[in-house]
Amino acid sequence: MSLTNLAKLEAESIHIFREVIAECENPVLLYSIGKDSSVLLRLAMKAFHPSNLPFPVLHVDTTWKFKEMIVFRDKIAAELNLKLIVHTNKEGVKQDIDPFSYGSAVYTDVMKTQALKQAFDKHKFDAAFGGARRDEEKSRSKERVFSFRSKSHRWDPKNQRPEIWSIYNGRINKGESIRVFPLSNWTEADIWQYIYQEDIPIVPLYFAQERPVVERDGTLIMVDDERMPLASGEKPELKRVRFRTLGCYPLTGAIESDADSLPDIIQETILTTTSERQGRVIDQDSTASMEKKKLEGYF
Amino acid sequence: MDGEVEKYDLEHFNKTQEQKSLLRFITCGSVDSGKSTLIGRLLYDSQQIYDDQLATLEADSKKVGTQGSDIDFALLVDGLSAEREQGITIDVAYRYFSTEARKYIIADTPGHEQYTCNMATGASTADLAVILIDARKGVLTQTRRHSYIVSLLGVKNVILAINKMDLVEYSEEVFKNIEADYRSFADRISFTDICVIPISALAGDNIFAAGGNTAWYQGPTVMQQLENINVIVDEAAAAFRFPVQWVNRPNLDFRGFSGTVISGQIKSGDAIAALPSGVTSTVKYICTYDGDLDQAVAGQAVTLVLDDEIDISRGDVIAAANDRPEVTDQFMAHMLWMADVPMLPSRPYLLKTANKTVSATITALKHKIDVNTLAHDAGRSLELNELGVCNLFLGEPIAFDAFADNKQMGSFILLDGLTNNTVAMGMIDFGLRRADNIHWQPININKSARARIKDQSPAVLWFTGLSGSGKSTIADIIEQRLYARCNHTIILDGDNVRHGLNKDLGFTDTDRVENIRRIAETSKLMVDAGLMVIVSFISPFKAERRMARDLMEEGEFVEIFINASLEVCASRDPKGLYEKAKKGEIKNFTGIDSPYENPEQAEIIIDSANLTPDKAADQIMLYLEENGYLSDLDYQI
Repeated sequence: MSLTNLAKLEAESIHIFREVIAECENPVLLYSIGKDSSVLLRLAMKAFHPSNLPFPVLHVDTTWKFKEMIVFRDKIAAELNLKLIVHTNKEGVKQDIDPFSYGSAVYTDVMKTQALKQAFDKHKFDAAFGGARRDEEKSRSKERVFSFRSKSHRWDPKNQRPEIWSIYNGRINKGESIRVFPLSNWTEADIWQYIYQEDIPIVPLYFAQERPVVERDGTLIMVDDERMPLASGEKPELKRVRFRTLGCYPLTGAIESDADSLPDIIQETILTTTSERQGRVIDQDSTASMEKKKLEGYF
Repeated sequence: MDGEVEKYDLEHFNKTQEQKSLLRFITCGSVDSGKSTLIGRLLYDSQQIYDDQLATLEADSKKVGTQGSDIDFALLVDGLSAEREQGITIDVAYRYFSTEARKYIIADTPGHEQYTCNMATGASTADLAVILIDARKGVLTQTRRHSYIVSLLGVKNVILAINKMDLVEYSEEVFKNIEADYRSFADRISFTDICVIPISALAGDNIFAAGGNTAWYQGPTVMQQLENINVIVDEAAAAFRFPVQWVNRPNLDFRGFSGTVISGQIKSGDAIAALPSGVTSTVKYICTYDGDLDQAVAGQAVTLVLDDEIDISRGDVIAAANDRPEVTDQFMAHMLWMADVPMLPSRPYLLKTANKTVSATITALKHKIDVNTLAHDAGRSLELNELGVCNLFLGEPIAFDAFADNKQMGSFILLDGLTNNTVAMGMIDFGLRRADNIHWQPININKSARARIKDQSPAVLWFTGLSGSGKSTIADIIEQRLYARCNHTIILDGDNVRHGLNKDLGFTDTDRVENIRRIAETSKLMVDAGLMVIVSFISPFKAERRMARDLMEEGEFVEIFINASLEVCASRDPKGLYEKAKKGEIKNFTGIDSPYENPEQAEIIIDSANLTPDKAADQIMLYLEENGYLSDLDYQI
């Protein structure tokens, strides 16, 4: 009897989760509320069953997430009895750092990267699970499953620890930490397939629905609340759209779609001709933008 | 869209997904043999590249590409800025594509020798290797190096892709010569299947479709070979092995052992043994989130619940009771050294194998292996990217199988205990029986009994510091004062150790480590004898001082750092050594051309530049008194 692709991926992820809990003192799961996070959570539940999750779940709230994401987050946390920690960079809020006036680069640095570092320093986490996949983006395709971070949270891509077989090295000195990516070898198709097979709940924003959007630089941005400044003559239009990835609403592009069920989404995903990160304004600042952000301590 | 068509398509998709197998392969070979181009071609031709990625690729090709106005496929896979700028691959990149039959994970690995450990990272999880050769250059050192490492890591199936055939006019003669050359080398390593294919990754010949340019070639294309080859080892047929990863105890009523079945299969009711202890039990049931299972097979991550409350912890191996792995604390292994800092025999490392971490010392480097000729060379140490066969001695016994019989039960990594870096990977050849034949003598008179008749607490007072810092002078005063109190002491220093026990050792890093190891072991014996041992050695490396500390029991090791700057020591220069070292007459002199690593956890730090030896001795005696090493009696400072 040979395991299927998905069964193998699932077992690999479970092994990774258990290894961290056995070797690290204070791990946390970075929960971004998106579909990959939903799969990540399910795999974590599987890894430790019948025990509860032996670590808290951290959401870095930039205050610019889609409203529906926050509702979904709180519902899941209650249902699964999660220890949910929500962290916001209060300094950033005080200075009114928003993605419109400051641009995505400054905004992301302050409200995501700095916020994440604050949360790490505050709670003294020594390991954090993330839902990144290697098929998402070039610099991620280079990253280890156990990815080492210095005391200043930096990634050194030219000097990564060798990672041999499935023997992971999670040892660190005080103040250092590791990022762990249990979904490293999953592809977008695998994720959708697994959500379907396991019936995993996801945020409704993934399903097509009429939503108010404006078009900017070829990207459809949803007007999720009144904080979104509109240029003169710019008027939100109702369009049938859905999202392939979720983040902060001003930085996340929607696609026009009729896919309002999982089978439809899977069908669309397989037939699609653009990669999912295209909807993210954040990656398009420069060619190596993700690598740069990771060097600076972005997840 | 019509509902029924939709449903049919999804079912078809699910079915093919369900039946899909997973094949992981590595691409390797010398620099510029076209690895990245081949992968770019595989992704492009299997339509795994999205429109937006293609647009970026076209723009980047014009900007930094090497193919003129054509698409430079290599830019698809080189992900780091430094790689794109230098046009080289530094680290392994993983790429994903799938066909109707299989999902593929490609590890694209670097060709430069300096990044060999990154190549090994990719190779360690591969089922198959695609080794590329530039048809103009033939079999190179890196070809042999990569082939040998890939074979050592247990890969049995190889596609030898002779690339850039377009640049040798698709010559069959060139192809045949390279094939013959490669096979004469490969016959000496352990591949079971080698498929040699002439290709042009750039032009697409024999990648997906057979190229009209190589009409003389009748074999499969790269893609046909990948789709059809059967490399999946039937791990479920092997003996049951289950290294315990985590003890699952949500409440008092449940105690399960979580882990992944790495070989064989298990059912409820099966008899098992836990190793190394050898305690036996039976499986009560197999617990998972998706319900209890009747049986679990190789590859599945489950939680086993046993009939008895037996003592099992992380790192123990649950195995079939009638087919157990070996247990040993000494074995021989092939190792690839992966750190800039060379291997030092005798230095303590940490060894991590299936879920278990133990201390380990390399007791012998039997020989190095020249990857080019496969010749065995003598050597005392392994440098970065060097291969060798070593004997290792562990701090406690582990359960294992030989790597040749069971990859996961026979593989390990070595870690540096201070930096935590992964410094080597190893494959166990066989256990050494020596350990079985040394039985501890039952001892009735023990350390505390010996110490009691001397009325003292045995300890090691370990003086460390630069030459000329005043170690020996202060140590000498301490011994006199202890003697005056009727304490039983011994001094170990250069004079009585370097001239006798350690006279075979020089001053290279390797010899310094061995020197300290012997002193530490000797000190331990003397502490067992109930003595207060005064050690006075430069002992420049943190790792060795820590090794000495770890040998002793808690509180028995007192590290005394005699701290004086290099300038102060060199100006004292009681033996004229600094003068000689500066002239180059003495090599490897600590502080001059060999490092001294300052202690971070010394119990006592003596500021020897500003204290007289007597005042320094006062400070040490005060510490010993306050910390209970000296009985009160009538002693006064």
